Amino acid sequence: MSAGLPRKKDTIEIVRRGLKKRHAAARRFKFTGVAAVGMSLFFLSLLFVSIFSKGYSAFRQTYVHLDVSIDPEILGVGAHPDMNALANGDYGGLRKAALRTMFPEVKKRREKRALYQLVSSGADYQLRDAVMADPALIGTTLSLWVPADDDVDMLIKGHIRRELPEDDRRLKDYQIAWIDRLVAAGRIENRFNTILFTAGDSRDPEQAGILGALVGSLFTMLVTLSLSFPIGIAAAIYLEEFAPRNRWSDFIEVNINNLAAVPSIVFGLLGLVIFLTYFDLPRSAPLVGGLVLTLMTLPTIIIASRAALASVPPSIREAALGIGASPMQTLLFHVLPLALPGVLTGTIIGMARALGETAPLLMIGMVAFIVDIPTGIFDPSTVLPVQIYLWADSPERGFVERTSAAIMVLLIFLIVMNALAVILRKSFERRW
Amino acid sequence: MYTLELIAGLLLLCAIAYHLGRRRAFSVAQGNIRHLHSLPAYYGLYVAMWCGLPALFVLFLWTVFESNVITQLVLADLPQKLRSLEADRLELVISDIQNFVSGNTVSGEVDASIKAAGLHYQRLQFTSHAALAVVILSLVIGVGFFSLSRINAKQRARNAVERALTGGLIACASIAFLTTIGILMSVLFESMRFFKVVPVTDFLFGLKWSPQMSIRADQVGSSGAFGAAPLFVGTILISLIAMLVAVPIGLKSAIFLSEYASPRFRAITKPLLEILAGIPTVVYGFFAALTVAPFIRNQGSLLGLEVASESALAAGLVMGVMIIPFVSSLSDDVIRAVPQALRDGAFGLGATKAETIKRVVIPAALPGIVGGVLLAISRAIGETMIVVMAAGLSANLSFNPLDAVTTVTVQIVTLLTGDQEFDSPKTLAAFALGLVLFIFTLALNVIALYVVRKYREQYE
Repeated sequence: MSAGLPRKKDTIEIVRRGLKKRHAAARRFKFTGVAAVGMSLFFLSLLFVSIFSKGYSAFRQTYVHLDVSIDPEILGVGAHPDMNALANGDYGGLRKAALRTMFPEVKKRREKRALYQLVSSGADYQLRDAVMADPALIGTTLSLWVPADDDVDMLIKGHIRRELPEDDRRLKDYQIAWIDRLVAAGRIENRFNTILFTAGDSRDPEQAGILGALVGSLFTMLVTLSLSFPIGIAAAIYLEEFAPRNRWSDFIEVNINNLAAVPSIVFGLLGLVIFLTYFDLPRSAPLVGGLVLTLMTLPTIIIASRAALASVPPSIREAALGIGASPMQTLLFHVLPLALPGVLTGTIIGMARALGETAPLLMIGMVAFIVDIPTGIFDPSTVLPVQIYLWADSPERGFVERTSAAIMVLLIFLIVMNALAVILRKSFERRW
Repeated sequence: MYTLELIAGLLLLCAIAYHLGRRRAFSVAQGNIRHLHSLPAYYGLYVAMWCGLPALFVLFLWTVFESNVITQLVLADLPQKLRSLEADRLELVISDIQNFVSGNTVSGEVDASIKAAGLHYQRLQFTSHAALAVVILSLVIGVGFFSLSRINAKQRARNAVERALTGGLIACASIAFLTTIGILMSVLFESMRFFKVVPVTDFLFGLKWSPQMSIRADQVGSSGAFGAAPLFVGTILISLIAMLVAVPIGLKSAIFLSEYASPRFRAITKPLLEILAGIPTVVYGFFAALTVAPFIRNQGSLLGLEVASESALAAGLVMGVMIIPFVSSLSDDVIRAVPQALRDGAFGLGATKAETIKRVVIPAALPGIVGGVLLAISRAIGETMIVVMAAGLSANLSFNPLDAVTTVTVQIVTLLTGDQEFDSPKTLAAFALGLVLFIFTLALNVIALYVVRKYREQYE
């Protein structure tokens, strides 16, 4: 008896001696967890800060104030021109003349060309539209704000650094001197960039906008939604409610789970072979993009809808069946309405994924350079993520900020969709 | 457009048929619907269904075969000179005719015989459209009145309608299966054509990848090499870097969120982490190419290291960040599924919280975690945009994360975007790569599901 006690005390001693170390290890362990969460959140904020700091300046655009004397001689039209002649007039000549009158001392050929480059060639279309809307302007002097070239824009926004040696920047010293004179004369202004939201793609950053890509995305999403929503619900209903539990339905279930994990680019290969080569559907069209994205989002929608259907309690079914409804009536009039919020949530999440998808659309030719804004699901078009990819590849500095701005627009759409899903789930979620 | 108009007309007819069927049911029941087997609406649906479905079927077949049949008829009437052309020249003639019909300007002036053929084509098309409308209309009216006349009080209209609906549901459910078949078919057949030109072993184990096939045989660099080993190595390297980032951070985050964090902290942090999963990959690609890659390059040159501007490290790191929420949410689910009794037992024996987690909770959750990690690997291998934008195109056989490497997905994208003929080995190679990618990710998914099922500890 007296031999046992000291030994017990020894054990406690051993435990106590180790305790400090063990608690330290526990604290270290907990700390690594905090660090991991912190790091993930740090990456998230880094991503957002980096995109925002690169992109916010794209929502402003530098404009130059020009006094253009609309000289019918330069324009190359007579005194009483018809619309056709007006449409083909030399508006570039007017713009150049206006710049020459502002800087009369510029004589050398090369410098003149540099001078003309200060203003975007998009100004020509602006002039044309103004003159064609009101031919009485011919012979008068029109005073208007036109977008500056992207290099000027970058200088004003501080993305081109003046300290750099002349050969290392895209603007020559004399060009910067002209810009400074324009600024001093109050002829340069930074305004809200409407072009970004009203134009299609362009090779010139100052004329490039996301409207074409947005409309393309809209058409593609319409096709995707109108196909994947009904098909997804129907498939989920069959698998969850009617399918006999046998090998075949097991096989389809495994199949759907696997499809959800197939890389998206493989769906692009499918679209290329089946829809473009075999069915001969038009390349680059939102129709084909929508079909590919439908196949891609179907597994997501089916899995979510099945979960929603399964969560409706059996008592609802039994009650309906008990008063004489057929299984199909029970489902359509009692189970499905109760499962609908869950189905919608799954659909919105699937659509959000489809909206951000790029890789499969590259395969079916939605990566083409398309200036026109598409008007239907058969027109060649591109979508917002692909536009981001295309702009990210462009070397001009002006496209970096536009890419970031396009990303911000895309993220806003995604955040709105996801928030909608969360609200839907929160407000219609029922605990049985 | 014509088809759309027809479908719209058909829908209108169906609506009328529904109405007629319903009225007929009422009149059969003599105003008391308790005499009927089904609700009156089902009789309406029954008639509408009989009107719509056969007509849609005919419409579908007609549209599929129409242009082929017309083309054959036009060809048969072409002058002998044109008809005796070789197959590929004949295709050009056909496309000329079709362009003329659709009003596009044909290159150069229009040949008289092509013009005649085009007009012939237009006449035939007009006849075909008119015939289709007549066929559909008579079909709808005939079948509609027949089914209308058969309506009686004993008829099981609801059962018929529900059978048809179930058929529709089955068709929708089998689309998932058809998609898999479609994927397999499309990559398999093209790959087989590729493997006729390039042997499978050369493709899988060859060490040189330069898919530039020349147009003429005597051009410089005409030897296309299709050894995909550098691509596999590059893919594995980038995925490995990604997993080295994602697994520790994701797993530790999951442990912290499920074991330590207060419910409030968890409710805020978990959705924030899931934002990372919802960001489109093209955004990550932009971030990797414009922010991370230059940063790594600058830091590397400060340390005196030679870093390629499109290093595997940059792409891998960013991909890892993208996969963090994937790993963490899957692990979080399995960790939370471990029953509290196991933890209480460990605490009762005097284990600290960290020891409980390390020795009891994680081993119990391990199969689920391994399954999640396998799924994450398959995600990393199939990821496209990040590597397209941030990893290079040069197929270096290198395990150095500071080198530029290329991946399977990058090569698929580069081989298939841009203009090239569809049959060259260069484009077919993309499908062979797609096949490898599909099989590999499929195998990973199947293994992951198997691991989860087989080694899952069953509690209760």
